[in-house]
Amino acid sequence: MRSGERNEALHFALRNRKLVAGTIIVAVLLVAGLAGPMLFDHAPNDYVGPSMAPPSGEFWFGTTTFGQDVFAQFVYGLRSTFLVGVLGGVLAAVVGMVVGFVAGYRGGWADELLTMLTNIVLVLPALVVLLIVNAYLGVRSIGVQALFIGLTSWPWAARAIRAQTFSLRSRDFVDLARLSGVRTPRIILREIAPNMSSYLFLTFILLFGSSILIAASLDFIGLGPTEGVSLGLMLNNAARWSALQLGLWWWFIPPGAGITAIVGALYVMNVGLDEVFNPKLREM
Amino acid sequence: MALNVTDLRVYYRTLRGEVKALDGVTFSVADGEIMGLAGESGSGKSTLAKSLIRLDGRMRHAGGTVELDGREMPLSDDRGMDRFRFREVSLIPQYSMSALNPTRKIGKMVGELLESRGERPDRAELERRLELVGLSGDVLDRYPIELSGGMKQRVVMVVSTLLNPSLLIADEVTSALDVSSQKAVATTLLGFRDRGLVTSMMVVTHDIALVYQIADTIMVMYAGRLAEKAPADVLVTAPRHPYTAQLISALPEVGVRHEDRRLTGIPGSPPSLLKPPEGCRFRDRCPLAFDRCAEQPPFAEVAPGHFVACWKAE
Amino acid sequence: MLKLDGVSKTYRVGAFGGGELKAVSDVGFEVGEGEVVSLIGESGSGKSTLGRMILRLASVSSGTITLDGRDISSIRDRKEYYRQVQGVFQDPFSCYNPVFRADRVFTMIKEQYFPRAGADEWRTRVETALESVRLDPGNVLGKYPHQLSGGQLQRMLIARAVLLDIRLLVADEIISMLDASTRIDVLNLLADLRARGLGILFVTHDLSLGNYVSDRTVVLRHGKVVEMGRTDLVFGAPAHPYTRSLLASVPRLHAKWTDAAPEDMVEDAPCAYHEAPQESRTRPGLAEIDSDHYVACAGKEKA
Repeated sequence: MRSGERNEALHFALRNRKLVAGTIIVAVLLVAGLAGPMLFDHAPNDYVGPSMAPPSGEFWFGTTTFGQDVFAQFVYGLRSTFLVGVLGGVLAAVVGMVVGFVAGYRGGWADELLTMLTNIVLVLPALVVLLIVNAYLGVRSIGVQALFIGLTSWPWAARAIRAQTFSLRSRDFVDLARLSGVRTPRIILREIAPNMSSYLFLTFILLFGSSILIAASLDFIGLGPTEGVSLGLMLNNAARWSALQLGLWWWFIPPGAGITAIVGALYVMNVGLDEVFNPKLREM
Repeated sequence: MALNVTDLRVYYRTLRGEVKALDGVTFSVADGEIMGLAGESGSGKSTLAKSLIRLDGRMRHAGGTVELDGREMPLSDDRGMDRFRFREVSLIPQYSMSALNPTRKIGKMVGELLESRGERPDRAELERRLELVGLSGDVLDRYPIELSGGMKQRVVMVVSTLLNPSLLIADEVTSALDVSSQKAVATTLLGFRDRGLVTSMMVVTHDIALVYQIADTIMVMYAGRLAEKAPADVLVTAPRHPYTAQLISALPEVGVRHEDRRLTGIPGSPPSLLKPPEGCRFRDRCPLAFDRCAEQPPFAEVAPGHFVACWKAE
Repeated sequence: MLKLDGVSKTYRVGAFGGGELKAVSDVGFEVGEGEVVSLIGESGSGKSTLGRMILRLASVSSGTITLDGRDISSIRDRKEYYRQVQGVFQDPFSCYNPVFRADRVFTMIKEQYFPRAGADEWRTRVETALESVRLDPGNVLGKYPHQLSGGQLQRMLIARAVLLDIRLLVADEIISMLDASTRIDVLNLLADLRARGLGILFVTHDLSLGNYVSDRTVVLRHGKVVEMGRTDLVFGAPAHPYTRSLLASVPRLHAKWTDAAPEDMVEDAPCAYHEAPQESRTRPGLAEIDSDHYVACAGKEKA
């Protein structure tokens, strides 16, 4: 019976235009980020062309003030942006869900303890902590950057999930599951979580987006990965070298559009998923 | 005649089409009459009550007229209806507990409401009215949060009758209450009419036994249409519509025991109002149904003041 | 079979849990096999809290609830307990997880209790259970909760309980959200279950419904038992003024409310059934005024 449910969700998922469109955009950008770099035999920051060349057959997205290939930077940047977004977002979402579910469902002292922890992390000035940690450890890899972002950005997700769990916990179907002898972890996973699946996905999207943005600001103040590129770094470079004033639109539009497209497409996917998961919306 | 409703149709817009929640109802309420409006969920009773006050965004006035004291009410004209609301026709909402703004003192709220209708608040009169429902004038200086649910409900009842409306509509006001408070609220409603604060009243409910206590007449709705209207005693003791009869015989009363008399419900369920069937809508569940029921029976007067929409009732 | 003895429930309220709120105090009664006991009370009477304590969804502050003489809180394996005792709640729509099909409530029982049952065998069992609550399996299986009516959903929950070989069903206001034309059928189902030997605790605020199905009645007020005993005695010869005023307020179909003021509820007269508590600070217990008819003291409580 459960596989039937899954097939049905898939059936509606494939017919949902928002979900399909969002998925296609994310997939295209992901493929570009994964496969794109293989097209080049030079590194993204190499000086390979004329300075400030507009898009052409040779340099699809033109070149920078220094003659770097913007398209090469873009696809490399996509790759690291996806990486930092996924790693940071997943980590923050997992921590936030565990804390939120346990605090909301258990209540009592567990709730008080976890809420206190959440609030402490919430009021920590994350950027300052990152600065100090970075200065001491001298971290320069994308993975560790994602780890720090993930470990500091979960609190609001935990709070939101706790509140939702708290209201779902008192619903009769949770009592009914308890009367059926279902154990707590399974109740959380099978009864409560599916009711907020689209909400959890939205949480992940926002964490994904905020990870990308935090990474960009870290890049800007020189705490990002020293080697390599990211979309954030490209935007900041473009701003630093006055691309806007010089009319080098091809320098800042691709990274800006890239970030917007990823986050926007994920949001559209979320709306679509909501319609797939919620049978009531499905019928309309 | 206080209220004259002729062939009123109000439809709900949904994504799947129009739900014919109220599909051609014709009736009248006399001056001084308390009419109980009974029906199950989806019968259209709440739609009828709402459409006499304000059509919400999804409702459409699809036809028919409503006359109050000889003046036609412009149902689909929200502005035009302002001349009637509170002054001529007033509603005690189902969830009156939440109808009060929690950040305002009761007195201030009432004052603003009256001013918005161009009336001057008269504190002495207000206090007198509050005393009628067993509240002291002090509540005007309190915040809604300081009052109990029952007190809030009585405040709302006073506010909605302040301008002595011609028609008062009470929408399921007793359904969330305990039996003892039910009785108090119902008697208060009766008092409004007896003191002449309101001319006539429509009490919408799913509880026939309760409305029987205070109503002069009871009208029963089924699937967006009228089934029967009769004086309360007649409707309860000698109903002529098979739906009313079955509904009343399905109500357990204090004293009726399962071992002595096993009551039965009505098998089946009401039709969908998206595409309601032709003819009598109770046909599928009706034990008396015959060929002619494929044609909608008129809501005809079979005895003085007793209207029935059934071919077998004549 | 099920016995409550001096059961109380206290909630901590106010800042730092300093205050105490007694939702249920010192309640004792029994539910036997093949017996329907109705628990009647207004909102805040503690009737639902009692139901939840019996279903082990709320803890007991003091007193004991025993099943066949065994303290239910000592039954370690909840599944073993729930195999015998099940509940149905007020709001049928809230009992179904809206994300899944309604028949998932049966699947859950299969997963937890009958993991080895074959698909065909299980389907037959579900269909038999559905037929016993007068539902057509073809009409309800495979549907989502919002596609079914409240009456159908409520019957499915009763069928779910019947799939286990339960002995006691706690029915908490199970028909108050149903339409009048279908509620009586659900009520009749309870009578059918009783005929099969089940004990039923029927929690309700509606006196006429309690009267219709129950063998014994317990009237609660502010968490305390006011009157209890055989239903015909409690309804036929109510002894406590509270019970009498409740009965007088119930709207009836063929008799209008009398204009007489509700019976004098001022509790300062000495109680007819108890010695007036002169010195003691607490009231005396329930007095037995007839065989299986108990009433609480209605005299004024000493401050």
